[in-house]
Amino acid sequence: MTRELVCIICPRGCRLKIETEAGKISEITGNGCPRGVKYAQDECCNPMRTVTSTVRCEDGRMVSVKTDRPIPKDKVFDCMKLLNCVRVDLPISIGDVIIEDAFGSNVMATQNIGVEE
Amino acid sequence: MTDLVIIGGGPAGMSAAVAAYQKGIRDILILERDHHLGGILQQCIHNGFGLHKFGEELTGPEYAWKYEKQVKELGIAVKLDTMVLDITEDKVITATNSQDGIFQIKARAVILAMGCRERSKGALNIAGTRPSGIYSAGTAQKYVNLMGYLPGREVVILGSGDIGLIMARRMTLEGAKVHAVCELMPYSGGLARNIEQCLNDYNIPLKLSHTVVKIHGRERLEGVTIARVDERRKPISGTEEYISCDTLLLSVGLIPENELSGRAGVSLDRITGGALVDQNRQTTVSGIFACGNVLHVHDLVDYVSEEAEIAGKSAAEYIRSISTEDACKTEEVRIPLQTDGKIRYTVPQLITEKKDVTVFFRVADIYSNISINVYNEKGEKLLSRRKIKAAPGEMENILLKSDLLCNAKKLHFVLEEM
Repeated sequence: MTRELVCIICPRGCRLKIETEAGKISEITGNGCPRGVKYAQDECCNPMRTVTSTVRCEDGRMVSVKTDRPIPKDKVFDCMKLLNCVRVDLPISIGDVIIEDAFGSNVMATQNIGVEE
Repeated sequence: MTDLVIIGGGPAGMSAAVAAYQKGIRDILILERDHHLGGILQQCIHNGFGLHKFGEELTGPEYAWKYEKQVKELGIAVKLDTMVLDITEDKVITATNSQDGIFQIKARAVILAMGCRERSKGALNIAGTRPSGIYSAGTAQKYVNLMGYLPGREVVILGSGDIGLIMARRMTLEGAKVHAVCELMPYSGGLARNIEQCLNDYNIPLKLSHTVVKIHGRERLEGVTIARVDERRKPISGTEEYISCDTLLLSVGLIPENELSGRAGVSLDRITGGALVDQNRQTTVSGIFACGNVLHVHDLVDYVSEEAEIAGKSAAEYIRSISTEDACKTEEVRIPLQTDGKIRYTVPQLITEKKDVTVFFRVADIYSNISINVYNEKGEKLLSRRKIKAAPGEMENILLKSDLLCNAKKLHFVLEEM
């Protein structure tokens, strides 16, 4: 069986072709780099997604955050629920971990808020 | 008198400032209208930035910080919350902020890095009422990502460029229901990656060759009527479909913000909406340079940074040449670049030096199996590059070596289908 999908690892968006036989992957073609192979393998049995969103700071401002690695795709909305419960103390800097071990990743800040003040 | 004034502190402005500094210029001032540097990147909290430039996949704010950090560490002067009101041909800049009031600065060189604004609903002439709940995609992005407001809960998006696609995902993640993304053209202008991770992941339908033909609702949007369009992009009677919704996001084009450029006497390219420039990104006004989205709309911020480096370095050389009264050019070179209809535009539009130059261009439609050919004014083919595919949404580039430029007084860029 052949499955075609677009790799989302980088903006190139290589068109991947995945051949499966008896439920197992036999061949992966179309990838522009080795990361595409891992993406295809994951996508077939355990799709993963990086989540980028925002979290509210103690003074009402927002700080942008991301999971530091992809999490299971079916946990994305659970992750969003978790992020929407958090209130972050200021100052917060890029790289600060806001939530440890969220569905296998750490949620970290991607913006500096309240740093100069 | 300030050596270099840079209008705009987004990725283009910051990169240009750092490049000029690295070429020895110290008297630099960045004027930024917002209360932070970073430009549009501050609200682009998704990832996909920096792969070319830094080999890492960063979110917009993280990419912006790479430059903001350098600007801070180098001690480059920045005025935030400062709006530039006017710039004259002899580089007198009038600006205002609440601390300094209205002030003027005379600059030796100016770099225009003002970025783009979004095309508005008014430009679209959609029939119907004028309720609230209609936003440009970028405005909705600002509400959600910077201010923490959800602009609506039942969404239709018009325009499948990357901003529309990204907002389809963003609104969905925050609990809204995106009913459809409508796209006037028979193809999407966004990255294939974004169709996959923003629409397919959430089963959001992409309706190609569709547009919004009517808006309904008195005070707040209640629904939109969409319809299929024909090859001339005119709605087909009988294909109308009503979608109940409270929010319409418009992602229908970016317009370089060149009002100031016009006031400075800078000539604009009708197709790009930005300045006419040479390979140094110098405009038709000596000592005024342009880079980033204000020059032409980019897909990748990595290329914005590289283009801004060219402008920054060139502005530095310009400043030094006028200070030392160098008679710099040994030879007057003026090679205009022309395109056929299938290649929409090139940047630069003019070459004024016989040195290697990378020309950036966009095609007018989706093409497969083509060659990009460069001819001189005598019709001699100087260069040919095969391409498997090219699309309007993907900026391309081609390197012209200096020896090729010796054979030309004009360059014609032609797309030939195989």
